[in-house]
Amino acid sequence: MAGANRIAGKGKLTPAKTVRFTFDGRSYTGLEGDTLASALLANGVHLIGRSFKYHRPRGFLGAGSEEPNALMDIARDGVRKQPNVRATVQELYDGLKSTSQNRWPSLEFDVNAVNSLGSPFFAAGFYYKTFMWPKAAWKKVYEPFIRKAAGLGVAPTEADTDHYANRFIHCDVLVVGSGLAGLLAAKAAADGGADVILADEQASLGGALKHETDLSVDGKSGVDFADGMIAALEGMDNVRLLPRTTAFGYYAQNMVALAERVTDHLASPDQSLPRERLWQVRATKVILATGAIERHMVFAENDRPGVMMASAGRTFLNQYGVAVGRRVGVYTANDSAYAVAFELKAAGVDVPALVDLRKIVDEKLLLKARELGIEVLTGHAVIKAGGRLRVNSMHVQPVDGGATRQIAVDALLNSAGWTPSVHLWSQSRGKLVFDDARGIFVPGEAAQDVVSVGACNGTEDLNVLAAEAVAAGIAAAGGKGKTKVPIVTGGSAAGGMSGSAPGAGPDDVVKAFVDFQNDVTAKDIRMAVREGMHSIEHVKRFTTNGMASDQGKTSNMHGLSIAAETLGKPIPQVGLTTFRSPYTPVTFGTIVNHAKGPLFDPTRRTPMHDSSAAMGAVFEDVGQWKRAWYFPKAGETMHQAVDRECKAVRTTAGIFDASTLGKIEVVGPDAAKFLNVLYTNAWDKLGVGRCRYGIMLREDGFIYDDGVVGRIAEDRFHVTTTTGGAPRVMSHMEDYLQTEFPDFNVWLTSTTEQWAVIAVQGPKAREIISPFVEGMDMSNEAFPHMSVRECAFMGIPCRLFRMTFAGELGFEINVPAHYGQAVWDAIYAHGAPLGLTPYGTEAMHILRAEKGYIIVGQDTDGTVTPQDAGLSWAIAKSKPDFVGIRGLKRVDLVAPGRKQLVGLKTKDPKTVLEEGAQIVLDPKQAIPMKMVGHVTSSYWSENCGRSIAMGLVESGFEKMGQTIFVPMPDRVIEAEICDAVFYDKEGGRINV
Amino acid sequence: MLLIHCPYCDEERPELEFRNMGQAHVVRAPDIANQSDEDFEKFLYIRENPKGVNYERWRHIHGCGRFFNAVRHTVSDKFIATYKAGEPKPSLDGAAAKPAKAAKTKKGDA
Repeated sequence: MAGANRIAGKGKLTPAKTVRFTFDGRSYTGLEGDTLASALLANGVHLIGRSFKYHRPRGFLGAGSEEPNALMDIARDGVRKQPNVRATVQELYDGLKSTSQNRWPSLEFDVNAVNSLGSPFFAAGFYYKTFMWPKAAWKKVYEPFIRKAAGLGVAPTEADTDHYANRFIHCDVLVVGSGLAGLLAAKAAADGGADVILADEQASLGGALKHETDLSVDGKSGVDFADGMIAALEGMDNVRLLPRTTAFGYYAQNMVALAERVTDHLASPDQSLPRERLWQVRATKVILATGAIERHMVFAENDRPGVMMASAGRTFLNQYGVAVGRRVGVYTANDSAYAVAFELKAAGVDVPALVDLRKIVDEKLLLKARELGIEVLTGHAVIKAGGRLRVNSMHVQPVDGGATRQIAVDALLNSAGWTPSVHLWSQSRGKLVFDDARGIFVPGEAAQDVVSVGACNGTEDLNVLAAEAVAAGIAAAGGKGKTKVPIVTGGSAAGGMSGSAPGAGPDDVVKAFVDFQNDVTAKDIRMAVREGMHSIEHVKRFTTNGMASDQGKTSNMHGLSIAAETLGKPIPQVGLTTFRSPYTPVTFGTIVNHAKGPLFDPTRRTPMHDSSAAMGAVFEDVGQWKRAWYFPKAGETMHQAVDRECKAVRTTAGIFDASTLGKIEVVGPDAAKFLNVLYTNAWDKLGVGRCRYGIMLREDGFIYDDGVVGRIAEDRFHVTTTTGGAPRVMSHMEDYLQTEFPDFNVWLTSTTEQWAVIAVQGPKAREIISPFVEGMDMSNEAFPHMSVRECAFMGIPCRLFRMTFAGELGFEINVPAHYGQAVWDAIYAHGAPLGLTPYGTEAMHILRAEKGYIIVGQDTDGTVTPQDAGLSWAIAKSKPDFVGIRGLKRVDLVAPGRKQLVGLKTKDPKTVLEEGAQIVLDPKQAIPMKMVGHVTSSYWSENCGRSIAMGLVESGFEKMGQTIFVPMPDRVIEAEICDAVFYDKEGGRINV
Repeated sequence: MLLIHCPYCDEERPELEFRNMGQAHVVRAPDIANQSDEDFEKFLYIRENPKGVNYERWRHIHGCGRFFNAVRHTVSDKFIATYKAGEPKPSLDGAAAKPAKAAKTKKGDA
């Protein structure tokens, strides 16, 4: 027998199939099919954790996913470990290692339990009141202390080695929950021909039928009926059964997210299996059969290990064959707890007394208790539980007052009543209505195509429940199907109460727990109300009631009732807190799924990437692109490499991968007309074979993008954009074409990845590439600066641009992408002996800055007009319309004193300014100083033999030659405003 | 995840394929260059932020690439109608304008 508390003949597990596991380093034996909770209880282990705030000893409260106390660390190995796993959900496997949490040095002796002695300091709102001052102490003293003392488990430090799967699926009917209602609804829908998914969070289907053994359905026991239904459903092609699968989120248009635990119950899972699988279900109709969750009684010391929910005691007994004690007291306010008393007694467990808060109880129940020899104390309350590490007694008193009697017990099962699980219904935005008579919230108007059946719908009578479930299934299948409604006998959950029971106060020293996981007591709720929290949302945040990882599944109704009682208001007027996904905690792995590592974000590589890498390139990330940053030779620093690359371009030639540049093919009879509207420039007169630098604005008049546009034919333009701007420029163009100028006969095609672009720049550029060019005259006269030709390059169709972003004789060779690497390699092989040097984006930035060429997004920031950037020449004066034409006339955009882009020369040529640094006119003024601008670009220029910079400065164009100051933390740097072109101002080097 | 009906594809597709593009029916004046400051301000900056029915632009960016207009209820997130760019605002009957009510079914309406 695995465990001394296992009862022969009870439960569904096989005694011979034993499983070894450890808890806090000690070895135990359980049975196959156990949960960690049932196996520990079988071994008599009740003390399994310390509470969050007071570090009070805690045991199991429930037997299912609502469990607030039994949070464990489950480890397969050093890496695959997970904290905060509910032991009531974790299935046992051979070799499972579990550890209790939030205790030090040991579970039996916890130093922080002194928190409990000083508990007035930890009352509701404690954090808000105590740790307010001094502010500086928060980070260094208070927060580390609180985090250490009030912690849950410890997160693993290494990356998760498991993998997770993701599936999208459509179905006619999704049924959530497989108790009696769920099984009947699923069967009825499937009989009617619908595609059905039936999901249940538990390891096996059947819900409460598995432990409510007093039920009979159509003459069969509940368990047998469930097994029969499951077998029938398994045999149907139109049904998918998903056990171990939690419906955790209900989203718009009947999209429900499910988390399936695939391997957490296996001793040595197949490595090819995902640990968990996320199902994103789109269902035509959703049937919620999520049942109800039992509430505990709120009385003094109700958190002692061994004080458990009645339904938990029943589940452990009937499903796992485990008695939670040898002398078990029962305390209830409704009928459902009687069954567990009867069953325990019948199984040979001593039940010294059943305490019922109600004075009037169904005679049949009382008769049966008498037959079994159980003393029933009606009109009595358990006002206190005795014991510390384990309950040892219950203190019973008549509700009308009188002598207290102490009854020795080693477990105390209790039940205040049942709360319908309306979580998913509420997430679907369905309304909830308060049933005054029964004190519960039940589903009202639906917001989506969803229906609730059974206990989650507030339906108690099991024959009504069966009829309701079958009807919902048939309706979901479009009225087809003739499933008959079974006849159910047995079972009653009549009665119930919520809020504090006798013995939960008003004495403020009493600890009567409402929320176990966050250590919230009845007193805390009353105090919150007294201190002015009158809305339940405020009470919740002030006390943290219902804010733990169980989201108040057992505590919310109690908290609400106590607040309402203290306020003297009916419950609906106090309100209900919002139910949010996830229903139970979902691992990050399931949500992140495949979107990690290389699949987190796409990496874009140019066709020449491998060649650049082979040449020793260091890459930088530019958006999703990997771009060659610089090409260090052995022993070179970045600085040395970049200086060498910059010099080479100006003395011989450099080769540069410009493939990431955005490219858009604009084609059609109205292509020029279209560009006239999208760019500030005039395009009509641009000849075929010529290029122009274009500026694109937004309607507000600010620079949006720029690039060189070549006219390939009368009706065809090759437009280039900035690397980062390519997608948004395309969208911007499509927007205007589709919605503002739909009559224009123009087609737009993104060709960014169709062309590989190789820039060859420098005095020797022509000499290097000419041998490869066929069918055209390469002379300066025939092919001048800012021209484009279609030609053959090494026999490959090519668009050859004569243009430069370095300010040299330059070419950009566009060939189909898949030829890019071969062409690059051939040019380099031929050019290297002539001094051709590969250069990266860093050198490219410096070379363009030497020429005063702007980079949109670096030298502009969304508030810079073409005039501000010194580009007035690019605005066509005679065009009637272009995007931004009106914006440019706005009062502020034409007002004096705008920031303008100018060059900056530091007084000390060796000093390089910091990009982003602020500029002031008088460094001696009082702080805060008036800032008149900032540095946008700044580099060491080896070609100029000094530092160069650009900046936006108020009225900068009028301040040529004036001195400005850049205050830094350790010094003030002096600089002079100058023209932004630092090198070859006349452009003589370009036109050769 | 919302399902959105693309009026060009004539198909309901998941919202991941679409991108919201701001308020619909903002008219760019034919003679925008000479628009008054007040009118241009309205065109450029002034936007509705209704609690209720909202006319907005969407783009089926990972599908056909077309821009279209939609009427969406900002409380329930429900799409009342989608229609092609350039088409007039659809007339909404009373029920459609209050989708929070219109699409509801009664409890037990199984």
